[in-house]
Amino acid sequence: MNHVPGDLVRRYAHGDDGIPADQVWALEAHMELCATCRQVLASHTEGITPLLDTVWAGLTPAEAPAKHRRLRVSPLGLPWIGMTIMVAAVATLLDLLAPLDTSLVLLLAPIAPMLGVAASWNKNVDPMHELVAGTPRAGLELVLRRTVSVLVLVIPALVLAGLPGGASPALWLVPSLAFTVGALAFGLLIGVTRAASVLAAVWAVLVVGPGLIRDDLPVVLQPASLPFWALSIAGCVAALALRADAYARLLR
Amino acid sequence: MKAAETAPTTYAWEIHTSDLRVRAGRRMAVNGLDLSLGVGVHGILGPNGAGKTTLIRALATVLSPAGGSLELLGKQPGGRDLRPLRREIGYLPQQFGFYPRFTVREFVEYMAWLKEMPKAEIPGAVQRAIDRADLTSRADDKLKTLSGGMVRRAGIAQALVNNPRILLLDEPTVGLDPAQRMQFRELVRSLATDTCVVVSTHLVEDVAVACTDVVLMDEGKLVFQGTPESLAAAGGDSDVGDSPAERGYSALLGRAR
Repeated sequence: MNHVPGDLVRRYAHGDDGIPADQVWALEAHMELCATCRQVLASHTEGITPLLDTVWAGLTPAEAPAKHRRLRVSPLGLPWIGMTIMVAAVATLLDLLAPLDTSLVLLLAPIAPMLGVAASWNKNVDPMHELVAGTPRAGLELVLRRTVSVLVLVIPALVLAGLPGGASPALWLVPSLAFTVGALAFGLLIGVTRAASVLAAVWAVLVVGPGLIRDDLPVVLQPASLPFWALSIAGCVAALALRADAYARLLR
Repeated sequence: MKAAETAPTTYAWEIHTSDLRVRAGRRMAVNGLDLSLGVGVHGILGPNGAGKTTLIRALATVLSPAGGSLELLGKQPGGRDLRPLRREIGYLPQQFGFYPRFTVREFVEYMAWLKEMPKAEIPGAVQRAIDRADLTSRADDKLKTLSGGMVRRAGIAQALVNNPRILLLDEPTVGLDPAQRMQFRELVRSLATDTCVVVSTHLVEDVAVACTDVVLMDEGKLVFQGTPESLAAAGGDSDVGDSPAERGYSALLGRAR
């Protein structure tokens, strides 16, 4: 195969109008097949840089992506998360005003993140629910994204709320994760919101009530119980992984 | 042009159901439906409560069937096939909410992201979808400032954004004025060559004009499937209705009951 003479490439690159059309045609056909000649052409770029820039500017999407695209929590769920944080703040105030041996924040912290998660994945709170439920990204992945973004807001707030009453995150962090994952797993059967309400009610009756009356640290919140909480997290995660498909459908 | 666009299909019908049963609450709203839909515009007609919305929801894979079989693009929606299948579906629900602070463009972009479109393609695809839905001049206005018909068109734009092969539109013409309705029919006809469009409606005239195929449902079952001409031919002078298509509609429904 004959390569294109260097002089012709130079004239072509500088947009010389004097080259006969048949030569231009042959040159362009050859360029498509020959990497060596393309490199020769590329070495003449000084003349065509402005042109290249114009072409690239036309190819790159002009619209900047909207900033809301990565939005995870439904904006209408934010008030509910705010309310969860408010409850934690009230518990802190009570701890300060009427200190018990067991911090009220410590008793409420395990269920607070779960309630925030339930609020953010609720078809009554999310107006785009039906549209979102039909998309490929719907399902466990989206649920977990939203869960994480709720936890990122609620857990630091609880850590702060627990400081005055001495509610150590070491005691409530694992149980609160267990409740959150538990609500998601239980939610496969009856819906996340309902599951969270049931779990919260059970916790209030069995632990918060007696804890306040007897004024001691409930057994389930003592460090010795942590392995059981971790075990239940593992169980719920396994259930979620097996039935992940259910979250891709219209939830009750 | 991608290889996937020219590859031959390995299925006979874009949508194929046999003995499909879908529950809406406690009621079996779709009860033993056999349906085969290919490329073209299919109008689903039926009285209120015939199961049109439930059928569309099942086709959009947001409801799981209670029985029977459902195949979309030759695949059963479920498990591993669900996500790739949903990328090929566009769905406009009968009623849909939105975040009022979103602009039209942000709304369609968010939906494109949820539909897992490649990042680089999103801005261009969003603009095309907004243009096709005739919302170009309002693209950067907040959704809460739009009229009902315009919100409906924003819904049509999000359904079109991923160039779906199955497009499901539940009552798309509600709230549109006559000029917009005609424009919508034009849009649907332009899609008919390579897309399976399913339009549920209670307006017989919409179907008679814009559809290549009519599906008549009653009480969750198929009553009639054929061309708009054969629907019109089914009616006689004694049947209720103001147009041939309406007379055919009431004749076929009356015969089925």
